[in-house]
Amino acid sequence: MELIENIVLQALQMLVVLTLAPGLTGLVRKIKARLTRRRGASVLQPYRDLARLMRKEVVLAENASWLFRVSPYMIFAATWVAAALVPTFAIGLHFSWTADLIAIVALLGSARFFIALAGMDVGTSFGGIGSSREMMIGTLAEPAMLLVAFSVALVAGSTELSNVVAFMASGDVGIRVSMGMALIALTIVAIAENARIPVDNPATHLELTMVHEAMVLEYSGRHLAMIELAASLKLLLYVALIGCVFVPWGIAPANAGLDGLIAGLLLFLAKLVALGFLLAVFETSIAKMRVFRVPDFLGVALMLGLLGTLLLFVSRSL
Amino acid sequence: MTDLSDLAWTRSRHFRSAPIATTTVDATRWIGLTSALAAGRVTLLSLWAEAGGAALMALLDAPAHRVAVVRIEAHGGGFPSVGAHHAAAQRLERAMTDLYGLTPRGAIDTRPWLDHGRWGIAHPLGDAAAVPSDRPPYPFLPVQGESLHVVPVGPVHAGIIEPGHFRFTAQGETVVRLEERLGYVHKGIDGLMAGAELARGAEIAGRISGDSTVAYAWAFAQAAEAALSLTVPERAFGLRGLMAELERLANHLGDIGGICNDAAFAMMLAQTSILRETVLRAAKTAFGHRFMRDRIVPGGVSGDLDAQGEAAIRSLIQEIRDRFPAIVDLYDATASILDRTVSTGRVSADLVQAFGAGGYVGRASGRNFDTRRDLRYAPYDMLRLDVPVRVEGDVNARIWLRIREVEQCCSLITQMLNALSQGPVFADPGFPGAPREGLGLVEGFRGDVLCWLALDAEGRIRRCHMRDPSWFQWPLLEAAIEGNIIADFPLCNKSFNCSYSGHDL
Repeated sequence: MELIENIVLQALQMLVVLTLAPGLTGLVRKIKARLTRRRGASVLQPYRDLARLMRKEVVLAENASWLFRVSPYMIFAATWVAAALVPTFAIGLHFSWTADLIAIVALLGSARFFIALAGMDVGTSFGGIGSSREMMIGTLAEPAMLLVAFSVALVAGSTELSNVVAFMASGDVGIRVSMGMALIALTIVAIAENARIPVDNPATHLELTMVHEAMVLEYSGRHLAMIELAASLKLLLYVALIGCVFVPWGIAPANAGLDGLIAGLLLFLAKLVALGFLLAVFETSIAKMRVFRVPDFLGVALMLGLLGTLLLFVSRSL
Repeated sequence: MTDLSDLAWTRSRHFRSAPIATTTVDATRWIGLTSALAAGRVTLLSLWAEAGGAALMALLDAPAHRVAVVRIEAHGGGFPSVGAHHAAAQRLERAMTDLYGLTPRGAIDTRPWLDHGRWGIAHPLGDAAAVPSDRPPYPFLPVQGESLHVVPVGPVHAGIIEPGHFRFTAQGETVVRLEERLGYVHKGIDGLMAGAELARGAEIAGRISGDSTVAYAWAFAQAAEAALSLTVPERAFGLRGLMAELERLANHLGDIGGICNDAAFAMMLAQTSILRETVLRAAKTAFGHRFMRDRIVPGGVSGDLDAQGEAAIRSLIQEIRDRFPAIVDLYDATASILDRTVSTGRVSADLVQAFGAGGYVGRASGRNFDTRRDLRYAPYDMLRLDVPVRVEGDVNARIWLRIREVEQCCSLITQMLNALSQGPVFADPGFPGAPREGLGLVEGFRGDVLCWLALDAEGRIRRCHMRDPSWFQWPLLEAAIEGNIIADFPLCNKSFNCSYSGHDL
């Protein structure tokens, strides 16, 4: 009985992230439009776009290999699983005992591996440029992300997010410098990983400046839908991650009742809206940086993550 | 050193009110002028061909505020190449060969330019010989070196912009060379103009480059009025000036935001787009058309400005004066956008001088030239005009130049409204009675638009040559991006904002 309940809850979590992800993307776009004095498309537009893409036929380049066709599903699957591992409205879900924060990083890394390969598969110059830039960003963002994971793990004593959240919500944490550093580092990584301004511009039509979009230029139809959905899921994942580690209050504890779950869900929605709003404001108030400034930007995340970890070691040994 | 004094130089007061005198020269003299161009003693205004088999060249002596038109008969279909010594003439020569079949002897670059091999005929305005359609592919300039890769972009772009092909050779992210290929929007303007009535010619001129329709129509009208020695009513000049400045305002405002948007700073575009739209609406109220197309005709303007229109322009200027400073502050106070624009896409003062690049491209690199001031024409001869100049030559300088010109536009429009005289706005051009030639030079928002117009005795157009400022700006874009990174190209390109349509004819 308990197993069935666990599986139902886990399924609910997977469904929640999947259904909310395009909405978050739509919300950020809507807020950005309002901030630049435009009316903007409906928050539901990403759902309509996905439905449209699913109906459309797939146009494949003549020299596209099996890799090109398989990649969208691999990317989507890896990202979806990763998103399902991050506590959103409840902790102690079935999957969370099987994979930890490092597994999430690894899953996202695999998705990146496939998207970069797919970008180069057809042999267009834009895809190559995009893949090379993406790998440059990835090689800096992934270690920074791991260092954040270590800082958090050193504080909470576990890399499993359910344990981390339970510890963070318990009030034993207090205010720690390391956690502040980890928050800034994680935010920078989130911006870079999700191809947001100032690292990349998700709304641009300028092929020469693209990173993420350049790799997926050749995709169409359901393939593109998979990739778009995966991109939305990734954004939701990072927002949920920041939310659950640094603003853990309101997440339903393990074995919570129905009302606890509903309250958790509502609070999760509130967190999504708030963080989405902050992201939109940040993106509107800043220009994109030069490609070669991105390493400096991510270097800050890396250093903060490292400092946070070192600080914890130092303070513990005293 | 070639003696330049015996050319038929004319100051603006003369060539704007009377037919232009042309000096016919022989090959030796032509070559002498070519070396004077190469030495920078005079500036090339344009180079074009005539159907009968002659090459013409318009020269500018900027310090003395005078211009001259020189002609050489192309014996055997050839003339000594100007481009061989003066790079600014190369593309103009290639276009002459494509359209008229004239051969520049000794030219370095003999590849076609406007002719992409899709017309079915060669030299459509010359001997118009049929050619097979299977031409070899266009040979791009070879690039050699280790770990270089080629990134072809266009001619179809992802945004709603005009078509042009850009071929980057890059080493990693750094651009080693950019080669442009244009001509995708060739419309056969020269062919359409030949034999057209004057009124029809004015319409065609206004459609060569849509964003500069006022400047083009004015340049054409100037050339026609000079050829016909026509006296245009005072009020028409004032109205033309108003239209030209409104056009400049709208384009500069759009560009300032557009450049920032290419660095993903959407806030600037949002703010300037609103102002630009306000300008276009005021133009619609005042002149009946958002872009003021077909409003300037040879002889004057086609419609008068009423009190309501004047009020619309005055309130527009007030609105810009109220809101523009905050937008400029936003640009100047955002470090992240300045980090992208400062020192990006530098063009050297020497290059700008050699190419005689006009407009913000020239003035942002220290070329202190403005047709409105240096080759004066009504109504600017009665107005106070400060020409902003900067020396940095980067994207930031080109943005600031536009900002300063927006402020100048507001001042000029107010001065023009206050000085606007009453009276008729149109004088019938009539007929020339004999073949005549006229020259028009107008400062459009990109720079100086040139029109050389030859009319026959019945008043039909024998030859009309219109030269967009972009002819001398496109080549500089290739120089501006060198050594920059590929991702900065959109920024450089937008800061130039050259015309495809005006260039491809």
